[in-house]
Amino acid sequence: MRFGIKNRRVLTFAATMGLLAVSAPLFAHHGTASFDTKKQLTMKATITEWYWANPHCLLKFDVKDAKGSIVHWTAETSNPPDMVNRGWSIHSLKPGDQVSVTIEPVKNGAPLGRVLWVEFPDGHKLSSTLIPAKP
Amino acid sequence: MRPSSPSEPQQQNATTLRQNHVQNEKMMPKISGLLVRVSVSAALLTALIFASACARSPQSQQSAATPSQKAAAPIHDLSGTWDPEAGPGGAVQADGAKNYPSDGKHALPFTPLGEQTFKAHKPGFGITQVPVALANDPMDICDPQGFPRIVLHNFRTSEIVQTANQVLILYEFNKIWRVIWTDGRPLPADPEPRWFGYSVGKWDDDTTFVAQTIGTDDRTWLDNAGRPHSGDLHVEERYHRVDPEHLEMSVTIDDPKMYTQPWVALDKLILKLQPAGFDIREMQCSPSETAKYNKEMGLPAARTK
Repeated sequence: MRFGIKNRRVLTFAATMGLLAVSAPLFAHHGTASFDTKKQLTMKATITEWYWANPHCLLKFDVKDAKGSIVHWTAETSNPPDMVNRGWSIHSLKPGDQVSVTIEPVKNGAPLGRVLWVEFPDGHKLSSTLIPAKP
Repeated sequence: MRPSSPSEPQQQNATTLRQNHVQNEKMMPKISGLLVRVSVSAALLTALIFASACARSPQSQQSAATPSQKAAAPIHDLSGTWDPEAGPGGAVQADGAKNYPSDGKHALPFTPLGEQTFKAHKPGFGITQVPVALANDPMDICDPQGFPRIVLHNFRTSEIVQTANQVLILYEFNKIWRVIWTDGRPLPADPEPRWFGYSVGKWDDDTTFVAQTIGTDDRTWLDNAGRPHSGDLHVEERYHRVDPEHLEMSVTIDDPKMYTQPWVALDKLILKLQPAGFDIREMQCSPSETAKYNKEMGLPAARTK
């Protein structure tokens, strides 16, 4: 059986996410105490800021809730050197970009979390926790 | 260790090939064309496995725990840019010193003062972790990591430079460097504490450099899990150049005020030489960036409902 490139990418990404689900968090600055690691949220987002900084980059984005109101979200990633190793750059996102963002939310219900991955309109994804598999 | 014998696997495979050939010669007159094809296929498969093993052999030996099978290490030379063999970030020890992570399974030999000081530390990682806004990790306000935390937590790509009387280690995190004096001077008798202490070193043998450090600042933590140290801390680092491409790094902690016996925090961590011209990335703890993070993420994330 032969998989097309797209299918293989999907499989690779699914395998990566499966690994992510069972692996320890890789952030070096602080642990998972604030985050609900058993929960994932995927949202259609409009990026408002991609802050490339230590100890964590911050991704800010707007999301329409069920009532049509705009909610301002902030989610963190690891630091710039780690993110570069995972295929990201300071230019990965810019205000106005429409993407799908998957996060682990914080436990207290605030619109905060940490980014697991971002999916772009063309279907490609960037994981914020794992080094991308080599083709 | 037994000297390398890279030809042995090839000889075994060659023997297998020869045996297959002899067997094929005996069988050929008696069997059908189909069986001939099967035998030829088996021989081709064996040859393929043999060729694959030959092609794979140098790489797999290099990455396995037997790098000494490679060329001899250069004498009295640690110079170069080094990354953990596991890759960039492969030696960031989020849960505490690599060989004693704070996971409830690696008990450290705390003295009563050590235990008490450890409990007073509120780290963001390990079994005593708290939300970042409640932590008292000195790194959260960009205080220097100091030594040995620079190698027991945020240890990343590092360059080693040797001069006539120093070994200099340049670390990626915060672009800081340490000086290990090799001019024969003794360690200071009554040093004023410094974030990175005072270090002297010498060659134990042709390929092993040993550094001793004292005079560190007890405001720093040993690692990211809040393990403490006192001003009496004595750290021994051993750098063993295994071969031209690999360096083993070990770190032993000796602090009688905090620990009843010395313990090995890093045991032969393998580093790999990077190509000449490797440009080390920048990773700075910036107070303004950290303040923004704490205001917009750390503090609101830690609020209770």
